[in-house]
Formats: sequence, C-alpha cells, structure tokens
Amino acid sequence: MNDPIQTAIWLTVALAATTTIILLLLGTPLAWWLSRRTGSTTAAIEAVVALPLILPPTVLGFYLLIMFAPGTAVGELWQQLTGTQLAFSFSALVIGSVLYSLPFVVQPLQQAFRRIPSDLLDAAATLGATPFDQFRSIVLPLTRRSFLIAASLGFAHTVGEFGVVLMIGGNIPGETQVLSIALYDTVESLRFAEAHQLAGGLVVFSLLTLFLLYRSDENRWGLRS
Amino acid sequence: MSAIDLKLQCYGSDGFCLDVDCQLPAGSTTAIYGASGSGKTTLLECLAGLRAAEPGSTIQFGGQSWLSDNDLVPTWQRRVGFVFQDARLFPHLDVRGNLRFASQRAQNDALPLDTVCQWLSLHDLLERPCDQLSAGQKQRVAIGRALLSGPDLLLLDEPLANLDGAARNKCLQGLRSAREALQLPMLYVSHDIHEVSQLADHILVLDQGKVREQGPLLELTSRLDNSLAHQEHAAAIASATIARHDDHYGLTELQLEQQSLWVNQLAGEIGDKRRIRIPARDVSVCREKPEATSILNILQVKLTEMEETSDARMLLRLTLDQQSMLARITRKSATELKLQPGDILYAQIKSAALLSDAGDQP
Repeated sequence: MNDPIQTAIWLTVALAATTTIILLLLGTPLAWWLSRRTGSTTAAIEAVVALPLILPPTVLGFYLLIMFAPGTAVGELWQQLTGTQLAFSFSALVIGSVLYSLPFVVQPLQQAFRRIPSDLLDAAATLGATPFDQFRSIVLPLTRRSFLIAASLGFAHTVGEFGVVLMIGGNIPGETQVLSIALYDTVESLRFAEAHQLAGGLVVFSLLTLFLLYRSDENRWGLRS
Repeated sequence: MSAIDLKLQCYGSDGFCLDVDCQLPAGSTTAIYGASGSGKTTLLECLAGLRAAEPGSTIQFGGQSWLSDNDLVPTWQRRVGFVFQDARLFPHLDVRGNLRFASQRAQNDALPLDTVCQWLSLHDLLERPCDQLSAGQKQRVAIGRALLSGPDLLLLDEPLANLDGAARNKCLQGLRSAREALQLPMLYVSHDIHEVSQLADHILVLDQGKVREQGPLLELTSRLDNSLAHQEHAAAIASATIARHDDHYGLTELQLEQQSLWVNQLAGEIGDKRRIRIPARDVSVCREKPEATSILNILQVKLTEMEETSDARMLLRLTLDQQSMLARITRKSATELKLQPGDILYAQIKSAALLSDAGDQP
C-alpha cells in the first residue's frame, strides 16, 4: 500500500475514534435523559436524533456545508476561536460524523437504560447512593455490553460514511480524505488493484465488527437500523 | 431516639389519596397495618423520599426536617433503610457485593459484616450470585443490606409477604436480633395481623388513606373501642413470661400476671418474655370456676366492658390486672349469665388457639 492510502486509513481511524469518544460523552446523558421520560418533547427529540437514519447523508452534508462556510455565524465564530477555516477541515468532519452517527450510539444506550428498573435505583438511593453514584455503580455495570455495541456501531458507521464527508470535507489527503473517499478516488482514476484492497479491507472490517457484536449475545435491537 | 412527625398528603394515580397527620413514637417498632390499597406502601415511600407528596406536607424525623415547603432532603441523605417486598438485590453483584454496596455508603459507624451475617445466617450465601437465591434468602440479604447501610430508621414494606413459614421465621429472627442490638426504630408495613403481633410495639391502622387507629399494640388489641376488635379474626395480644417447661406433656407454662397459661412447648429460657395471641372467638366465660374440664387454661378475670356487635353476638373485654383480652360470645349466653361490667368471671381459653397463634417469638 502506498502512502496516500496509509494516510487515509490513519485519518479514518482518527476520525472514527474521535467521533466515538465525543458521541459516548454526549450520547450517554442524552440517552439517559430520553430513557427516563415520555411525552411529546421526548418524542420530538427522539425524532431529531433518529433523522440521520433515513435522511440521505448528502442532505445533512449540504446543510452543514452551508452552515460552516466562511461568512456564516458558525463559520465566523470558528474562525475567531481557532484562526482556521471550518469548512473542508478535519474538525468539520468530526462535527458532521457526530451528527451522522448520533442515532447509532444514542438508540442502543437509550434502549438499554429503559430496561433498568427504577426500582433498583430507588433501592440504591435508600442505601445512600446519589444519582451519579447510582448511574456509575448500577446503570453502567448493567449496560456495559450496550456501551460496547453503541461504541462499535458509532465507530463502524463513521468509518463507512461517504456523503457527508464528500459534502463538507472535500478530498484533501491527510486532512479530509478518508477511506471511502480514497476508494472513490482510486476507482475514478481506474486504479482497480488498489480499489480492491480498500474495498475488500472495508468489507472484512465491517463483517468482523458485526460478527463480534452479534456474538456478544445481547439483544440485537441496536442493529435494527 | 427520636419521634417521627408526619403530615402527608399524596395522591395516587387512581384518585386514591393518602392523608395522614400523626406522630409515631421514638425508638420502637411501629406496624402500619391495613388492607391492601389502604396507603401503607405510599406512606413508606413518602417517608423515604421515593414519592413526592403534595405541597404543605411535612416530615420531621428526630427534630430534623426531611420535607417541608422549604426543604427537601433527598432519599440518599435521609438515612433510611428500606426493605422492599421484592428484595431488589442488584443483579450484577453477588451477595457479598450487595452487602458491600451498603456498607461502603454507610454514614453511621459501619456495622461489622460478620454480625449482620450472623443475625440473618448469611455466611453460606456470601459468594452466591443473587439469581441463585430462594425468595427467603433474597429477603434476608435485602434486610442485611438495609441494616449495613447504617440507617437511623428501618422501613419494611411487607418483607415477608411472599415467604413460607420457615423462611418467614428466619427473617423475623434476624430482624429481632438486629432490633435488640441496634435499638433501631422500625416501621413495618403489613396486612397480616400475625406478623404485626410478633414484631410491633405500636400500631397504626390505615384505612383508605386515613389513620383509623393508633396506639400501643398490646393496649389497642385488647380494647373494644377500635376497628381491630371488630375484625373477624380479632385477637388480644398479651405479654407473658416462661415459667416452666413440662417435657413429659410437651407443654410450657407461661405466667400471665400471676396466673398460669399452658401452651405447646416453646423454645426459651425460664423468665423469657413471650407474646401470645388470644383470639376473641376462642375465649368463653363461666360464672363458676369449671371443674373437670379438658380446657387447661382458666383465668380469673374481671369483665370491664361489653358491647353488642350484632343481633347475635357480644364482645367482652376481660381484664386480668393490667392486661386484657377479648371474648366473643352469643348475646343469648350473656343474657342467661346476666353479665354486668364489674363481674368476676372465669375465662376459658382453648389451648389450641394459643398454640397456633403464639409461635415462639418474644
């Protein structure tokens, strides 16, 4: 494999890892909040979270591109804070990926949290556990496997994204050229040997991830989408 | 030792309303007794802070305000132990893990794990996962866990409801040991008067969300002026002392205010206190001391009160020196015997009744 491909692999892994970490940090409280409530506000937020499941990624990418462009509020704010342009940057990819993969992390967590009976949390409270303590010592251990699933899905889904990246990232090697884009590139320039390596590698990676997830023997609601 | 002051209003989903304004005595075991749906569990949940009460409700525990319009102490700071009807053990922890969960968060001086295990015979269960325990074992672990959290007040919500006789007795045994050693005030919810009579010092009768009666158990169960006396299974509870074991006949003689009472042999040392339940329907009265009767227990009593409970029946209150019992007889007998308050009578108590209801508890 030549250098641009290695760079693309590294970039993809960095993007997926960063996205997954951010998603776990943001998605956990969001999923917890959603799991303990019902009503139309909750339903509305759930709908927004689920949107990337059905929306063509290009639609999300298009709006993000417009939002990130220099001269817009978000674009300007970013420029002032970091001194760099947001559109066509790695950071833009991270933001896009977080939104795009949000349901893949939030939904399995939310389902898992819903299955934690509040009776157990009540019992923990009477034993002196604060709400954070209850979450840490009861909810987390009971949903550990769902966290694994959520993280794997978030990671794998980010690795597989194409449309959003193409719209907001462009095709800058080392900055925004991820694997799926690199694959597109090699096919465009008729380098089929390389394309085979990339495509085959992604198939193996995806299959392996899904196999390991299914084997982890928890309910498969997380994979329904 | 501190009293609990309660002024609670709490609406349930089905229009049910708990409306309670009462004070519970310090340092004792209070039974909250009533039919299902009378608000017993709601009351406990409000006390523990697991359920929100209406504005204007207040809870004071030993001078501390737990709930008022200005402050709300959250559950985890109230230092209440709660034993739920369904043990609610944490499934990802084994027995030791569940117990340790409590002791790690104990605010009072931690109780030694060993002591608690001894009270509740938990030693052999420590390494077991919770899903491999029987209902009785689970409930013992739950009681142990609640004790290890170092509570100032122990709330028990029908903890023995799903258990069979042997498991029940083991739990009761553990609770009694803990109570003796810790002087821990307890609120014990039950719809089973047998359980109540075994544990409680004080009783609060709830009926459709309201306090119907309240008072010391021994006194309340032996008076006519309350709902307990008018239940089908009304029974006075008395406190007696073990005087003698008769191994030959398999009986134990109890001393009940200088008079003797024979019951099936009990475990216990001479001098130990035991509670006995004397069901009103198993007590009959005579003017003269009966001779040559198969009934062993004949007590000299004074008829202090009588009440017609229906066209056919009368309820009598028979007093020894301090303690009293109830007797349910027909109105016809009362007329024929020309019973009047103040009469000295002989009460005959079927031993069998005492045997089945007394058990071997203090």
